[in-house]
Amino acid sequence: MNSPAKVAPSRIGDLVGAANITDDPRELAAYEIDGVRPSAAARPRAAEEVSELVKLAAAEKFAVIPTGARTKLGIGMPPARYDLAIDMTRLDRVISYDPGDLTLSVEAGIPLARLAATLALRKQFLPLAVPFSDRATAGGTLSSGVDSPLREAYGTARDFVLGMEIVTGDGALAKSGGRVVKNVSGYDLHKLMLGAIGSLGIITRINFKTFPLPAETRGWFAVFSRAEDAFAFAQSIRKSPLAPHTLDIFDRRASVLFHTSVQLDKSQWAVAVSAAGNEKVMERCSRDLRTMGRAANAAQFTALDEFAQSELCQWIRGFPALAAEHSLDALIVKIASLPTQMGEVTQRLQSIAANSGLPCAILARGAGVIYFALLPEERGAPAVARIAPCVGEIFSAAASSKQHATIPRCSLELKREMNIWGPAREDFPLMQRVKQAFDPHNIFSPGRFVGGL
Amino acid sequence: MDRHLVHELEQFLGDDSVLSQPEDLLLYEYDGSVETARPQCIVFPRTAADVVRIVGLANRYKIPIVGRGAGTGLSGGALARHGGIIVSFARMNQILEIDVENQRAIVQPGVVNSDLNMAVAHGGLHFAPDPSSQKACTIGGNVSENAGGPHTLAYGVTTNHILGLEMVMPTGELVRIGGESTDGPGYDLCGLFVGSEGTLALVTEITVKLTRLPEAIKTLLAVYDRVDGATETVVEITARGITPAACEMLDGWTLRAVEAWVHAGFPLDSAAVLLIEVDGLREAVEQQAQNVGEICRMHGAREVRVARDARERDLLWKGRKNAFGAVGRLSPTYYVQDGVIPRTKLPQTLREIERIGKENGFEIGNIFHAGDGNLHPIILFDARDPKQFDRAVSTADAIIRFCIEMGGAITGEHGVGMEKDRLMPLLFTEDDLALMRSVRDAFNPAGLLNPGKIFPTGKGCGEVRIRPMPQRGAGNIAPAAGKDFA
Repeated sequence: MNSPAKVAPSRIGDLVGAANITDDPRELAAYEIDGVRPSAAARPRAAEEVSELVKLAAAEKFAVIPTGARTKLGIGMPPARYDLAIDMTRLDRVISYDPGDLTLSVEAGIPLARLAATLALRKQFLPLAVPFSDRATAGGTLSSGVDSPLREAYGTARDFVLGMEIVTGDGALAKSGGRVVKNVSGYDLHKLMLGAIGSLGIITRINFKTFPLPAETRGWFAVFSRAEDAFAFAQSIRKSPLAPHTLDIFDRRASVLFHTSVQLDKSQWAVAVSAAGNEKVMERCSRDLRTMGRAANAAQFTALDEFAQSELCQWIRGFPALAAEHSLDALIVKIASLPTQMGEVTQRLQSIAANSGLPCAILARGAGVIYFALLPEERGAPAVARIAPCVGEIFSAAASSKQHATIPRCSLELKREMNIWGPAREDFPLMQRVKQAFDPHNIFSPGRFVGGL
Repeated sequence: MDRHLVHELEQFLGDDSVLSQPEDLLLYEYDGSVETARPQCIVFPRTAADVVRIVGLANRYKIPIVGRGAGTGLSGGALARHGGIIVSFARMNQILEIDVENQRAIVQPGVVNSDLNMAVAHGGLHFAPDPSSQKACTIGGNVSENAGGPHTLAYGVTTNHILGLEMVMPTGELVRIGGESTDGPGYDLCGLFVGSEGTLALVTEITVKLTRLPEAIKTLLAVYDRVDGATETVVEITARGITPAACEMLDGWTLRAVEAWVHAGFPLDSAAVLLIEVDGLREAVEQQAQNVGEICRMHGAREVRVARDARERDLLWKGRKNAFGAVGRLSPTYYVQDGVIPRTKLPQTLREIERIGKENGFEIGNIFHAGDGNLHPIILFDARDPKQFDRAVSTADAIIRFCIEMGGAITGEHGVGMEKDRLMPLLFTEDDLALMRSVRDAFNPAGLLNPGKIFPTGKGCGEVRIRPMPQRGAGNIAPAAGKDFA
């Protein structure tokens, strides 16, 4: 098999310009994924250039991985092959923005921070309070499937991405959806791209529905002695008419990662909730939340000032990054659960960690998503030896209660021991068919996704 | 029709579950659209296992299969365009589980939308998509068409409320996708299958997300002497970042038709009314209603009426939701379009619709989801006159072309079906359609499931080869201008 080193830089340079192709090992180190380094990296400037690059790759059978700001490339299994990185950061333009219609069309490589600044000028925003949002690109964020605490009020990207243009595995530029807020013209193919870590195609353009920035947001923070009380409080909020913007539950160790000003005792749990609206709505929330907190035996209930609220929101959105900073070999499990099962699940997770003597931190979203971080103090083989058995237990615990567990972050050593996507499910043959339709030559991110797709 | 096939179907489904007499077939050649197509038989499975066997037989006999809920669709999705077996889900109509605490329910596809809503109301919940046909249409049909409704402005369309599906694939496998949340590992298959218009699988069980009923609701009726006043109001409400739960418009022609039948209280001498609903916390609703009322008056509303109680509110909504029934009293046949435009383009689009109507000799009524920019122009015609029919269709096409030129789409909630397959190339390039086709072929390789839908076949385009239309403001990615219609 040819590797692009043999054709680069000249042929790829013809497509993107000599300055935008590199085969310099030092530069390529930045594109490494799980220890696999590509032979070249190209930085196209337009969707048509991406299409030409992919056509070349398809002809030469190069394995291609699209990259954005490279903040979440650790998500996925190590690539089976990786010849060419397509760096999307030069596709960073706003294509059209219609503030009056609350719709926005951007190139995939645009940094979220710049996008947010553009929207803020018109008092609008995208509810993507995701980790690494100071650097991450729109395309990378959607591809990685990371969620945001704002999902409580706004849903996930699947609820506000209106359409996309992508480059398929044979280099065709194909779009689905559109730029209007309501549309059933053709298949919603763009939904398949969300969380697909570049295994189906390369996103070149994204159309978003945008949202008005709330005039005022306020936060509250309640502390509980028992996990079940914290979860009961969260559930009572969800059953109330308050419709919070964010609702997150976390344990003491997560609060240490967050450096919150409120110190939790050893077995304490906290619930952070925020809401938006006019002054009267805020007063009502404050009053009702306090009453609900009392009913759930809150040890402490605090209304946060604007600064404390935005700081806590930053910590919560950055949970995966904070866990990784704290412990280099940290393992993070994401479990899609049900609101009423979260108490039981987290208890089980804590006992799995305790049995193997591993520190752990838990952050759960009110809607039923749990992030569980195992934070080994040692590194390398000893860490793997401790964590690996836990992972097996976590997957089987999740499977036995019909919940889904995946591992958005762990060390490379651990990936060699187990599959981060968990056991195959009955829908896997359908996913294989999707992959075959989008990427018939299997050139996109081979081996990284579910079941080796 | 192959008597052997009917016999085999009767053997495992029972005699009372297969229809094949000509008088029965006639009843299934319609849906809510202007299209007709006659099936060769209709079957009524009771279980997913029945559906698996039906699909197996269809494959053996190489005969098309088409799923059908209540047949209220507006784009021919549930019609057997190329004949074959219609699989009616009328008898798979059980609500299997309601989980109030986790805001979920598991239902069979034949459950009627309103029935589900009644069943979950006691828990303070509802299934948010509320198409006008909700008293008859089924959740299975909603899933296939990705149905909308007035309240999808704030709550989202069907795809935003579906968590998991059990389906029989055209190749005969019974598969579950999704689950109790949308965060499962792998591709978002639910996102693909919802809205695939019955071309990828037959759905046999659905896990839906339920939404909390709002604490307070205020329904406003704003009355205008100028259509422009109403459309400008919608533009301003959207631009100010106010998202009402619903924002519907009826123009003078339509509201008069409705008033004559429903007596909802729409003033007969007005040029347009807006039906705007805000909901949420009491404290928020009060202020939102006030803001909305001010914007209405600013744009020339001569009256802004707030429904005093649930009865008044229901009456206003009855006027809206029965509008198509009211139009049916005026004309035996009418054609409802379903274009979408950016909300900022509402005033000029309504003016253009009026102009297109005049040019073609039709009076066009408008009743639509203004807040989403989802238009429903109604063209009355006499189906007995084939020339009128053709002219109605070409008038509707002209409206759709204008929508696309404005940056819009060919269908907001009714689906492509067999109504708009020929218009798909106005919106999508050959490459776009090729990818969609390859996805269809990946799941429906023999093309036996709902053939002749969504994808243009070349038929009906006449001599003209339709190409994607340029969209204003679409930047450098817009497909090459189609000179045929530019």
